[in-house]
Amino acid sequence: MDCQLKDLVIGYPGHAVAGPLSATLRQGELCCLLGANGVGKSTLLRTLAAFQPALAGEIWLDGQRLKEITPRHLSTLVGIVLTDRVRTAGVTVRDLVAMGRSPYTNFWGKLTEADHRQVDQAIDQVGIRPFTERQIATLSDGERQKVMIAKALAQGTPVILLDEPTAFLDFPSKVEIMLLLRELAHGMGKTLLLSTHDLDLALQTADRLWLMGRDLPLAVDSPRELAAALPDYFPSGHLSFDAEHLRFNLL
Amino acid sequence: MRNTLVISGLAVLTLLFFAVSLYSGSVSIPVPAITDILLGKGSPDHPSWQFIIIENRIPQSVTALLCGAALSVSGLLLQTAFRNPLAGPSVLGIDSGAHLGVAVVVLVAGGVVSTSSLTIGGFALVILSALSGAMVVMALLLFLSRLLQNNVMLLIAGMMVGYIASSLISLLNFRATAEGVHAMALWGMGSFSSVSLDRLPYAVVIICLGLLLAFLLMKPLNALLLGDNYARNLGISLRRTRTLLLLTTGLLTAASTAFCGPIGFIGLAVPHIARLLLGSANHRTLLPATLLTGASLALLCNIISTLPGESGIIPINVITPVIGAPIVLWVILRIEK
Repeated sequence: MDCQLKDLVIGYPGHAVAGPLSATLRQGELCCLLGANGVGKSTLLRTLAAFQPALAGEIWLDGQRLKEITPRHLSTLVGIVLTDRVRTAGVTVRDLVAMGRSPYTNFWGKLTEADHRQVDQAIDQVGIRPFTERQIATLSDGERQKVMIAKALAQGTPVILLDEPTAFLDFPSKVEIMLLLRELAHGMGKTLLLSTHDLDLALQTADRLWLMGRDLPLAVDSPRELAAALPDYFPSGHLSFDAEHLRFNLL
Repeated sequence: MRNTLVISGLAVLTLLFFAVSLYSGSVSIPVPAITDILLGKGSPDHPSWQFIIIENRIPQSVTALLCGAALSVSGLLLQTAFRNPLAGPSVLGIDSGAHLGVAVVVLVAGGVVSTSSLTIGGFALVILSALSGAMVVMALLLFLSRLLQNNVMLLIAGMMVGYIASSLISLLNFRATAEGVHAMALWGMGSFSSVSLDRLPYAVVIICLGLLLAFLLMKPLNALLLGDNYARNLGISLRRTRTLLLLTTGLLTAASTAFCGPIGFIGLAVPHIARLLLGSANHRTLLPATLLTGASLALLCNIISTLPGESGIIPINVITPVIGAPIVLWVILRIEK
């Protein structure tokens, strides 16, 4: 499922953070949202998840304007993974993944056989089978991030938005999460948008980049096509960008 | 399996304590005589026994059961809603709000606090006033919780609200009659014995309504374990859930406070006991387990309160901290770990 932004202005009443933004999020692609702190990456994700209204412009999803989609229906279209560290006591990994089925369960939240199958599938896709019975409070950051991704998969939404899923992780875990997400986009045809500060990793794994910068238009293209523009979005006197190898080097 | 075992065990325990609570009391009455009275055979030789069991012990035991359940469920709802293991109706000042509501009616309107001696109209006024007080505090907390990211800050905010309510109550005391102040002080110690038999049906209906509302919130409560944003993304309407939470915790806290006085620690400690027993935070099992644990614990407190026998009754608020405070300390130690 594609998602279109048309002249979208995001921010808070009386204070526009960014925009107008126009872009299309394509099905089956891993798209990374890059930009310095404060350019509005989180605000954009929050707006796409309908947590806050757009100041102007439109978001189109599934042939409908986002603001016209009911919360109930939206919960089956867009899943999220946030930076909030969920550490509630008494919740096992399996419980948490199963919460992804909430939009489909009955009034009392009872899981059907089909729901259990979906939960199992999500657990296997993310590779967290070995610790399904562990309490989430005991997980490492990397493990917990995988569990949250499994929750989004169990939710069965064609679109998944992730706010800095690689923050707080050690390097091998960052790589593992990015490769997992790319696999979900390519293998399962999910539409993935994630914000990150891990430029090198994003440049190597993303199919498409959304570059946000203060007073700069939203740049959307593949990492290689955008290479030339990158230094403008991350101005620094200490870095030079090597467009051939897609990486920043210290001067 | 474990869940079924725990919940049925708690149900049996509640029934057991309920029976003990009927069979034991300040006045010692032989067991066969009590059984006869309960079976409706009466006690021709001792009409006072009949009165004690029917007019006193039955309403008192039912009130303990209901108020224990109400306070515990209210505590659980608050802990989940604010994602704060140290939340509870008394910690957050919600029962102070209800207390203030009652004080306004009793001290300003000049009534006597014991709910058994009020007219039906006065009784309804006390309940409504307690409910308004509780819901105002709860609404204030829900508002503050959106501004305060830090959980500890919300607890402190709740305590401050409680202090303001307490000082308003003191101010009302200042203007009240000696009789009113005395009644209010007695009521403040907490007792399950102030609901009379003919008022009991009202207490049953109000508290059962609150408990029913709580059960309707099971699914959104589970989603809220992940926080507001995840819950919203799972299709839960935060506004509707918050409104229902406001109404439910207000109703449960206000009813039990109006009937029994502000009773501390049960709302805070019981959900932790239930979580410990179940090893799970899933409200589908945690809610019934909390309800039953609260009911049986309050009945136990009621039984303990009559232990001195003829020499008097220990106030409930003397007993609950002894049971509750160690549990709270244990929770804090576990959080620190």
